[in-house]
Amino acid sequence: MTQLLQDEAVKTPQVPPVQEKKREWLKYFSFSTDHKVIGIQYLVTSFFFYFVGGFLATLIRTELATPEVDFVSRETYNGLFTIHATVMIFLWIVPAATGAFGNYLIPLLVGARDMAFPKLNAVAFWMIPPGGILLLSSFFVGAPGAGWTSYPPLSLVYNKPGEMIWILSLLILGTSSILGAVNFLVTILKMRAPGMTLNKMPLFCWAMLATSALILISTPVLAGALILLSFDLVVGTAFFNPTGGGNPVVYQHMFWFYSHPAVYIMVLPVFGLISEILPVHSRKPIFGYKAIAYSSFAISFLGLIVWAHHMFTSGTPPWLRMFFMINTMIIAVPTGIKVFGWLATIWGGKLRLNSAMLFAMGFLSMFVIGGISGVMLAAVPFDIHVHDTYFVVAHLHYVLFGGSVFGIYAGTYHWFPKMTGRMVNETLGRIHFALTLIGFNLAFLPMHKLGLEGMNRRIAEYDPKFTALNLVCTIGTYILAVSTFPFIFNVIWSVFKGPKASSNPWGGLTFEWQTTSPPPVENFEIDPVLEIGPYEYGTEEAVKIIKAGPFLALEAAAAQG
Amino acid sequence: MQSSALDTTTIVTSHHSETAHRHHAHPDHRIFGIIVFLVAEAMIFMGLFIAYLTFRAVAPVWPPAGTPELELLLPGINTIILISSSFIIHNADTAIKKDDVKGMQLWFAITAAIGVLFLAGQLYEYFHLEFGLKTNLFASTFYVLTGFHGLHVFFGVVLMLGVLWRSRKPGHYSSTSHFGIEAAEIYWHFVDVIWIILFILLYLLK
Repeated sequence: MTQLLQDEAVKTPQVPPVQEKKREWLKYFSFSTDHKVIGIQYLVTSFFFYFVGGFLATLIRTELATPEVDFVSRETYNGLFTIHATVMIFLWIVPAATGAFGNYLIPLLVGARDMAFPKLNAVAFWMIPPGGILLLSSFFVGAPGAGWTSYPPLSLVYNKPGEMIWILSLLILGTSSILGAVNFLVTILKMRAPGMTLNKMPLFCWAMLATSALILISTPVLAGALILLSFDLVVGTAFFNPTGGGNPVVYQHMFWFYSHPAVYIMVLPVFGLISEILPVHSRKPIFGYKAIAYSSFAISFLGLIVWAHHMFTSGTPPWLRMFFMINTMIIAVPTGIKVFGWLATIWGGKLRLNSAMLFAMGFLSMFVIGGISGVMLAAVPFDIHVHDTYFVVAHLHYVLFGGSVFGIYAGTYHWFPKMTGRMVNETLGRIHFALTLIGFNLAFLPMHKLGLEGMNRRIAEYDPKFTALNLVCTIGTYILAVSTFPFIFNVIWSVFKGPKASSNPWGGLTFEWQTTSPPPVENFEIDPVLEIGPYEYGTEEAVKIIKAGPFLALEAAAAQG
Repeated sequence: MQSSALDTTTIVTSHHSETAHRHHAHPDHRIFGIIVFLVAEAMIFMGLFIAYLTFRAVAPVWPPAGTPELELLLPGINTIILISSSFIIHNADTAIKKDDVKGMQLWFAITAAIGVLFLAGQLYEYFHLEFGLKTNLFASTFYVLTGFHGLHVFFGVVLMLGVLWRSRKPGHYSSTSHFGIEAAEIYWHFVDVIWIILFILLYLLK
């Protein structure tokens, strides 16, 4: 059969397929409605902005290598940390965690041919590049410098044009995020394959359900706050301006009503990715499926009622501080349930320590550090002591880098064979992991101590007694910057020259591994029916399914040869 | 179940002829999508309402000293007009379910006209108020909230005109296919409910 196909290939002229291939490549720059193309568009775009944000971070750390202001001006420094945070949150982690993996995986995982609203999906993606370019363009008019939180009254008086661009960009990116969430929610609730009840869904779908609910409830409130802020900025109303009778604390409440849940919007999808990756590479069923599934919703719900823990020093009355402190601490419970579930999953498993698994385990260990410092920060007296210091910076980077970014790397390595049909180079992947882990801890672990000793965040110069530790942080950041080189090289080289991937290189049980790598347009050639739970590893049925090859898309498999 | 995977491989060939038609099968989830989207819309208003209530709650005097009293007559009439339009637009839905396109067009035209009347009433009120956008915090919230709602009314009217434009083509809407009509109706009810809350907050709450 294969021989026959090869003979055919020799007889047919070579030019047409090549042209087709060229055109195929162009689809990633088009208004494609294929969820797989959109997922990859999201992933590549967000990685681009990750490198932009990372470049800004190296500039920030270069300035902070010495206590004096010697590398950039104070104004530029303000712009750098503001844009760094905004890019990393709104253009890197949110689009990568929700947009990229949500779009690529959800239809494949639930056995659907595409998202519920493919055109809306494409619209949502194509709002990201203009939003991102708009944001970066603010450097030309004087970047916003009030931090990614943009608290008035500072944001109302400092670099107004840049601030307005920041608001516009966030409104565009927020709308994109809401449209994406509508799609995820409807697809997961309405388009599952026959036999897939909610309690048989892959856990990533549970996580995305909880994430979408959070996006739909919280993002619009930020939009409301930004609309009012832009009136203050442009028209001169006084919603948040105390000199005109307004109240800046109302902005803080509205902002954090979105921006605290935003932390969960950035980390819940990654929890989902980890729940998919660990069982496959441990060859064991996930431990406590329902506990992990439902705890996502517990986190979502609690995430909506903890926002004022960012405002313990904003004149929040003591009884209210108690309420938010207790709620915040309770979040450690559903999160802890997940962590123990994951630990029990890998416990005694046949671990396959490839790049995806290493990053997943890196996520586990690093995220727990961020989680624990989060509980510390929830305590009002402790928070008042370290508020606006580097302790907070350390905490949030352990959650968002040690958590989300490690998880996104794990997901990228895990699904790379499915997305591209090629395997990555594992040696380079391991080098990437080692450099990331070392660089990350060098860059952010010392910040805990700096914060406890009272070094303020968002300042370009500091007390010389902090010099040594700051130098360590800066060296760590440079290692982190270097760590991306093996990754970039690995990905680009593997896309073109990597060994061909089989349809199911990891022996996974979810639907995406039952179709070809990459899956054909519309994913499956026969309608998938759920026959085995997503994590039933070690059973005879599992062995059969894994040995059966891409039986959901045999024609496409034959066409690929 | 025993040989499930292998069975499926044989099924592939028998399903072959159906392959081309399959993707039409997926049912219509657009109404559900609209409702999910309206949750997000509702949350923008919710955020603005709660901001307004907080401004009220923390201000020593509300409305700030010197704010003229709001007239209730015109906005009251406007409220009655808008609420009645929610009942009127439902007739369009009933009509199209009986394949009565003419009836649907009539009810949509009436509802769109009511929407325009409401907007005209609101503009009239704006021009006759004794305070401007920047007079004080109450004035600012008043204009932004009613203006943001007015924008939604305007968009609802545009939706209805869009439906009317499309319905010129015979057979575009029928008793079995009328997503646009249902979507416009759901949106219009939403805009109505928001107005009722707004009216209570801005005009009635003392």
